[in-house]
Amino acid sequence: MEFFRIKKDLPFMRHALTFNIISLITFVLAVFFLATRGLHLSVEFTGGTLVEVAYAEAPQLEPIRSALATSGYPDAQVQNFGSSRDVLIRLPNREDLDTTKVSERTMATLQAVGGAPELRRVEFVGPQVGKELASDGAMALLLVIFGIVVYLAMRFEWRFAVSAIIANLHDVVIILGFFAFFQWEFSLPVLAAVLAVLGYSVNESVVVFDRVRETFKKKRGLTTPEVLDHAITSTISRTVITHGSTQMMVLAMLLFGGETLHYFAMALTIGICFGIYSSVLVASPLVMWLGVSREQFIKPKKEKEEAVV
Amino acid sequence: MNRYPLWKNILIGLVLFFGLIYTLPNFYGEVPAVQVSSGKATLKLDASLNGTIEQALKDAGIEHTGLFSDANSIRVRVASTDVQLRAKDAIEKRLNPDPRDPSYVVALNLLSASPNWLTSINALPMYLGLDLRGGVHFLLQVDMPGAITKRLDATAADLRTLMRDKNVRHAGITREGNNVLLRFRDAEQREAARKAISASTADLQLTDRDDASDDLKLVATLGQNAQKNIRDFAIKQNITTLHNRINELGVAEPVIQQQGLDRIVVQLPGVQDVAKAKDILGRTATLEVRLVDETPGALEGALAGSVPLGTELYNERGGSPILVRNQVVLTGDRLTDAQPGFDGQTNEPAVHLTLDAAGSRIFRDVTRENVGKRMAILLIEKGKGEVVTAPVIRTEIGGGRVQISGRMTTQEASDVALLLRAGSLAAPMEIIEERTVGPSLGAENIAKGFHSTLWGFVAIAIFMSVYYMLFGLVSVIALAANLLLLVALLSLLQATLTLPGIAAMALTLGMAIDANVLINERIREELRNGVSPQAAIHAGYERAFDTILDSNITTLIAGIALLVFGSGPVRGFAVVHCLGILTSMFSAILISRMLVNLLYGRRRKLESVSIGQIWKPGN
Repeated sequence: MEFFRIKKDLPFMRHALTFNIISLITFVLAVFFLATRGLHLSVEFTGGTLVEVAYAEAPQLEPIRSALATSGYPDAQVQNFGSSRDVLIRLPNREDLDTTKVSERTMATLQAVGGAPELRRVEFVGPQVGKELASDGAMALLLVIFGIVVYLAMRFEWRFAVSAIIANLHDVVIILGFFAFFQWEFSLPVLAAVLAVLGYSVNESVVVFDRVRETFKKKRGLTTPEVLDHAITSTISRTVITHGSTQMMVLAMLLFGGETLHYFAMALTIGICFGIYSSVLVASPLVMWLGVSREQFIKPKKEKEEAVV
Repeated sequence: MNRYPLWKNILIGLVLFFGLIYTLPNFYGEVPAVQVSSGKATLKLDASLNGTIEQALKDAGIEHTGLFSDANSIRVRVASTDVQLRAKDAIEKRLNPDPRDPSYVVALNLLSASPNWLTSINALPMYLGLDLRGGVHFLLQVDMPGAITKRLDATAADLRTLMRDKNVRHAGITREGNNVLLRFRDAEQREAARKAISASTADLQLTDRDDASDDLKLVATLGQNAQKNIRDFAIKQNITTLHNRINELGVAEPVIQQQGLDRIVVQLPGVQDVAKAKDILGRTATLEVRLVDETPGALEGALAGSVPLGTELYNERGGSPILVRNQVVLTGDRLTDAQPGFDGQTNEPAVHLTLDAAGSRIFRDVTRENVGKRMAILLIEKGKGEVVTAPVIRTEIGGGRVQISGRMTTQEASDVALLLRAGSLAAPMEIIEERTVGPSLGAENIAKGFHSTLWGFVAIAIFMSVYYMLFGLVSVIALAANLLLLVALLSLLQATLTLPGIAAMALTLGMAIDANVLINERIREELRNGVSPQAAIHAGYERAFDTILDSNITTLIAGIALLVFGSGPVRGFAVVHCLGILTSMFSAILISRMLVNLLYGRRRKLESVSIGQIWKPGN
């Protein structure tokens, strides 16, 4: 079987501008939603208490809400989680209440409402911990960016490093944009997925760049856009197959992984789609516009200076 | 050109063989077991207990399938849950003859069912995180400023005593923030004080501060080193105390470890009763110093049943009964440190205690009045006391440094020191994070994680074999080897597997196939360009190598950043991700190459290779 039967190099670079404008619009939209709606951060970041309970029969949520309100939590969020029999309750941190007793009190309140709830999971996170997690996450992101730029600049050229990181940060921002737009819960596993996508997406760009470098070295007389077109065309089969395989894995997680892995797999799915797009249609044109050329890869032969007598 | 030297094949074979062995324990599952741990801080588990347990089981006619002991517990594996209950009863009856005062905690537990020979070469199953097995998780914050303040208060009192002993006149000693302030009326006395303090301790840094001509001050601050020592001590002591307390819950494999500078993680797998767990974490054991009643005949009378008024009958460690007065001379609150060491003169093992200033004064007075008598040191746990040691007072002891020696081995000395420290927390703690995961949710999480990995793998395997034919099959085998090596490595490192960890495993497998796709595509490309099959295989692997290296290193950079800055689930993800990248490079490059070499390498005239259709433009 051979999916890709390409006779001539596909003219990706001819449409570079169009794709980049689309990219830019998506990016701006993502930033817009991030700014206006913000991320729906999980309890790990915001601090607070999260209680997950399972009932034998689907419970009425309204009595639970009012019972919690009378026991001192007017701002409790009560919602179904996964199925109508599973209920998720979120309680924000309160200064005046002894935080360590919150889960016990909540369970007592739920038992009073009736329906024999079974405790599945309780998470209590102090406000300090949440802040630290957020700052640690930001540090991790910075470290990834720095590490990748340095490595690519060493292995390739600074132009490749800059374009790769711009293209891939654009992926990350777009994933975050999706989470902001749909108000999906942004939890620690999602953060891990986002950072993994950054690594994964750069990986993608690297494969294309590798080909670009090789083509520059091997083939003479090609213009820069032609070289890029050739590099992308000759790796496109691998790009699609690899992403397809990874996506199959992620799809399995989305289908069988349950609620806990749902948003993790979702972030990866978006990351994979935009990963292909950005490495082919964002990173490569950026390299071109930054002025990559053959001379940067062919080391000029040092002419022997002859001793002047 | 496509042949590996024999040593390389053997090496890869060996790696796979060890991979298989260390992966094995994960497949055996768990069988019921009975766990015995010490119920009292004063009681240590030793080798003789193994024999006692074995004898108890033998007498009850119960067969066990293995007895394992470590520093904190002894575990006996049995065949079924019925036997487990009977075994627990038998052991309980033998070890705790008095059910109201149990010396040992006998609890039901689960153990890996892998055969003994695997366990003996340290091939153990992966440790499952709480999200996969259920239990409670606490993150405790140690109040370090509290510990420092406590020490400064003690220091202020110490300095007062010191000034009095050295006859230095001062106009008041107070603690102000993180400093101790000494006031003086003239510079001469201040100089004298400075000398006295420098001679007695190196922990304090002294600076002058003159607010007025008749208000001279000496500001004492704790040096960086001293502060660090206080913090280290506080966290170590709190962990020790938590260990002692949690022991009582009879939890199978509790995790109690330091996280960062001032936090302690406590994980109790299988525990569902959060309220009880919190209650036990917060419980304190106390230390008391009392005098021994040595009135002739009193002990005999007490043993006969009439305990004299104002005294209590206790058992000394080691067995002999002892009569102790009710009046408490000192409590553990006055103890600032206890360290094992040696007697300066006789060189026999000893325990060195440090008391705070108030404690020292009391201790000096009591010892002066009771030279030649015995003094008992009691540890009170759960409302029950035990005499740790009851030495004879030889001379008056001043200065707050007390030495307990006599009839002790080095090991006993360090145990006693630990015990004396174990009673109370060095600094208060607060729960800042708490998680409870129900056991059914844990089992569900395992099943979900397993299914997603399995179906993803199957989908990839089918696609690869159809698209790349034999080479695809080779890639699938390499991918399976990758999973094998990853699980083996995780088991070997005894890493904790969590749900994000399983997700990382699935993702890593999805990404690992990339290297094989790169190689296979390269070979196809070479063939398309008319290169001979052998040369194409060679060139395919050679050329793809650089790309594989570059792309994996960039992914690894991201993984390492997650590892460094992540905590909790992110770290669980990162560990598996990073290891997975390493094993995938090994399997994609070396294992698949080896297989291809074995398949095609020996053939001189190779007409074609089974790598699916090669479409040439022009056909």
